[in-house]
Amino acid sequence: MTIQIKTLDFEPKRQTFGHVARRLGGDKPATRYQEGTFDIQPTHNFHYKPLWEPDLWQYDVRKTAVVMEDWYKPLDPRQYYYATYNIARANMNQAVDRNFVFVEERGLLTKLSDTGRAGIQRGLLPMRHLHWGANMNMTEICQRGYGTAVTGPCIFSAGDHLGMAQIISRIGLALDGQTGTSLDAAKVVWLQDPAWQGVRQLIEDSFVERDWFQLYVAQTIGINAVLFPLVYRLAEPAWAESVLTVAMLTEFMNDWQAEETRWSDSVVRTVAAESGANRALVSQWAAHWIDRAVVSGRTLSAALLCDEGKAADTAGETARTRARALGLAI
Amino acid sequence: MSGAKKLGLKQRYAHMTRGLDWETTYQPMDKVFPYDRFEGIKIKDWSAWEDPFRLTMDTYWKFQAEKERKLYAVLDSFAQNNGQTGVSDGRYINVLKLFLTGISPEEYQAHRGFAFAGRHLRGVGPRVAAQMQSLDELRHVQTQIHTISHYNKYFDGLSEFRHMHDRVWYLSVPKSFFDDARTAGPFEFMIAIGFAFEYLLTNLLFVPFMSGAAYNGDMSTVTFGFSAQSDESRHMTLGIEVIKFLLEQHPDNLPIVQKWVDKWFWRGHRVLGLVAMMMDYMLPKKVMSWKEAWEIYFTEAGGSLFTDLARYGLKVPKYADVATAEAEHISHQNWAIFYQYTHAAGFHTWMPDAEHLDWLSAKYPDTFDKYYRPRWELWAKLEKEGKRFYNNALPQLCQCCQIPMGYTEPGDPTTIAFRSSTYKDQKYHFCSDGCKDIFDNEPDKFVQAWLPVHQIFQGNCGGATVPDVLAWYRMNVGADNMDYVGSPDEALWNEWHAEKLRKAV
Repeated sequence: MTIQIKTLDFEPKRQTFGHVARRLGGDKPATRYQEGTFDIQPTHNFHYKPLWEPDLWQYDVRKTAVVMEDWYKPLDPRQYYYATYNIARANMNQAVDRNFVFVEERGLLTKLSDTGRAGIQRGLLPMRHLHWGANMNMTEICQRGYGTAVTGPCIFSAGDHLGMAQIISRIGLALDGQTGTSLDAAKVVWLQDPAWQGVRQLIEDSFVERDWFQLYVAQTIGINAVLFPLVYRLAEPAWAESVLTVAMLTEFMNDWQAEETRWSDSVVRTVAAESGANRALVSQWAAHWIDRAVVSGRTLSAALLCDEGKAADTAGETARTRARALGLAI
Repeated sequence: MSGAKKLGLKQRYAHMTRGLDWETTYQPMDKVFPYDRFEGIKIKDWSAWEDPFRLTMDTYWKFQAEKERKLYAVLDSFAQNNGQTGVSDGRYINVLKLFLTGISPEEYQAHRGFAFAGRHLRGVGPRVAAQMQSLDELRHVQTQIHTISHYNKYFDGLSEFRHMHDRVWYLSVPKSFFDDARTAGPFEFMIAIGFAFEYLLTNLLFVPFMSGAAYNGDMSTVTFGFSAQSDESRHMTLGIEVIKFLLEQHPDNLPIVQKWVDKWFWRGHRVLGLVAMMMDYMLPKKVMSWKEAWEIYFTEAGGSLFTDLARYGLKVPKYADVATAEAEHISHQNWAIFYQYTHAAGFHTWMPDAEHLDWLSAKYPDTFDKYYRPRWELWAKLEKEGKRFYNNALPQLCQCCQIPMGYTEPGDPTTIAFRSSTYKDQKYHFCSDGCKDIFDNEPDKFVQAWLPVHQIFQGNCGGATVPDVLAWYRMNVGADNMDYVGSPDEALWNEWHAEKLRKAV
């Protein structure tokens, strides 16, 4: 049996906005992702050249060397717009909160051995600075990039990195009894410990990269793909008896990376596939930044794991294999 | 465990944000932050920044996700129940057309502009706050598009909002305003948008549109408004913190900030003329008159704000008195412009009916009957005689605000105001002393303006005739433009209304 509620019928005049319909190849119902993304960045008839970069417009395809016939080709396979992004992250974060309660109730981090505490302080906590650097880069790509298809998800990614930097900070606070001493100590490590200086130099060098798509490749294909798996997975032995605790508290990072990579890989694949020239440039950038990430990661992994940098090489090989799968010549 | 003390909330938040940042040494800080020196603003101590709100990302995600769930549930239910048929009158939709074509794209510009400030301000405290606002502004443009998307399915004038925004003559008014802010340095951007727009003037922009939606039965837009309210109050606290911080940091900042406040107040006032017209002429059910809104939100609220800021030496914006005097006139003068150029407007126009005229007389007892009612009555008479008045000449535009030069002299509402400046042997024209001053302070910037009328004459807008230009605008002639009476919107509205009455029997 079915029941049917009788309603007035109103025939729509059109299904979606004109610019969306032209992209869909006709007036068809569009998704909220499509309506919230397609063409919403201004493209024509700008009034004034920026005081801070007077040779280019504020939105200008010339801010990267790669050329796209249409910057709305590299779409987000997750189809994130603001609402779906925040709802997804709020859901992921529920697990984070539960894990922190679990760890804190049992004192899993306060009862650590000195070796365990020192390992986390030196090996894990400085990652919050690397996330903050990644946040700066994704924010830069958002402001400097072209087309909402790419720049929109970049501000989401920037928010993610700030969020992950804050999760690491909470781990530090759980470790030091909410006093902040471990975070202060880890900052000294970040600034001075030779183990981290290659990584710090790498991220600082990326801050001055002016080509926004090269920066995108540096951050996602280089730094994220090599250094995050290195610290969040391969460096586990360095956490001594708290391997499981750290795994629980950094679950967000691993889930996040699996998800973000779906998007960032898809963007890189699409841009590289546009032309031989793009492919050559992106390949060269990817090779360069993966190499740099591996070199900086070797010092770190040697210091944390006494493995002469092997873990970084392993992470680098995985990153290169993945980059090749995206159509890059490496 | 060491003997260190447990952190208070403020210190904890500092670890979550400013503790993340460091002074770079492998690259010079001036290369990492290349844009925060040239404006001349002096910051002695970034750490003196007081975080206006202490939101960590996990809390942000949680609050915002909760609000989005509720908002989209209302939007879905609005669509399912054909809420568009329940607004006060078909004319109301024109308010949404003005909003989607003129305001929503600026939310987008704010999103990118706050990303710029969120990367390029050297201090980490304001950077984090600016990034959150960048996220919020993306939220606002997307939720506005999603809210109005349903109306676009039934009404004209909404479908080409993005294409029109980059081209149509009057949309260059808000666009040039935001282009101006986006192309300024990061500190000026924060004063222009963070302080002047989001703090000083938001109650005259955001609030009138949302209250208008509430009064006119637009439950989806008003739900968006309620949902964005807590974002807006965060933006306001950021705006006020920015200006206080700059003024506290160094006395040399005062003249720079004062110049920006003067500039952006006047720029904002000109853009708000569109809101004035919306409130007085376009809302079928009126919330209050523009003059009343100006008195409450600028004269009173702005007055106490500037009393508060006086301790830093900051003065009430230059020409605030002129703007207050213009509150008697601006809505009428703008509606007159759009009525004359209805063939080139992306929304419908109409002459007020008798009841509406009486409302205007009551709200503007000193000016309406004397200066504007006779013109409306004449135009209504001409309409009746089949001789509706159209202005077929292209208007001269103000080089600064880009509004047609239709405003009158301060204190003399029957004489059009003309100002001009000569720069590098070229003459530039302005609607007011406020706009002329802005040009004279930054002539190299404002000579670049993409003035729609100049562009038409130069052949850059699709052709030499009005139909050519309208085609280039993607304006669907006879549907998107012209009077409400006789429009497809009106026909549809009347049909729904008749249908409802018939079913009720």
